Amino acid sequence: MAEYNQATYDAVADIIAEVSSIDRATIVPDSHAINDLGIDSLDFLDVTFAIDKKFGIKMPVEKWMEDVNEGRAKAEEFFVMRNLVRRIDELVAQKATAA
Amino acid sequence: MRLEHFQLVDRVEQYDRSAKAIKCRCEVPLESSIFDGHFPGHPLFPGTLMIEAIAQCCGLAVLALHDFRRMPVLIGVDKARVRAMIKPGAVLAVEGRLVQEGSGYVAAAGHLASEGRMAAEAEVRLGTLPFPTEALRAEARKFAQKVGLI
Repeated sequence: MAEYNQATYDAVADIIAEVSSIDRATIVPDSHAINDLGIDSLDFLDVTFAIDKKFGIKMPVEKWMEDVNEGRAKAEEFFVMRNLVRRIDELVAQKATAA
Repeated sequence: MRLEHFQLVDRVEQYDRSAKAIKCRCEVPLESSIFDGHFPGHPLFPGTLMIEAIAQCCGLAVLALHDFRRMPVLIGVDKARVRAMIKPGAVLAVEGRLVQEGSGYVAAAGHLASEGRMAAEAEVRLGTLPFPTEALRAEARKFAQKVGLI
């Protein structure tokens, strides 16, 4: 099971709860953003905007969706909370390295 | 402004690709069925349509920025303020600037003025989706040519 940063997790869960009007208590590390939390595609764009803004990154969500749709990856690799948080931290780290 | 077609922009006055900024002109018609109800005997251009005009102006900038490969749709509005009442016949100067681009969305800030006076402002987010049909992409290009974007 993938490790994740608790502070990033909390920030992402707060964003999802606020943007998608989801009870924060229902969001857990194993929640699938789409299947469990019911975030639809337009809502996820708004979630992406808020996460990008908060962390100063650009989540490649369309690339992730393309990978899923073309069978190169499973959706849970990107959209289960603990995995999403891990990928956000990777993007933050990549940005810091590039700076 | 073709209110019955929900096309609010009459002319693109300026589009600056490097600054990701756009200026548009929108002429509120003297007559429209909208004014029958908003309001009887006291016609006012609705504030929601002022915000829509800002979104459409920013949407044109998105179309140009993406070279008509992506179609903008409104997905969010923040910090919307209506600061003046607009009457039929008014000429609106609408400006927008793209401030954040992400995977599948663009965030923009815009405002709308009439006779030099700020009338509305808003931050809008536009989803950028692939055009569902080539026919719609062609229509978007046709409209962009008509209003002087390209």
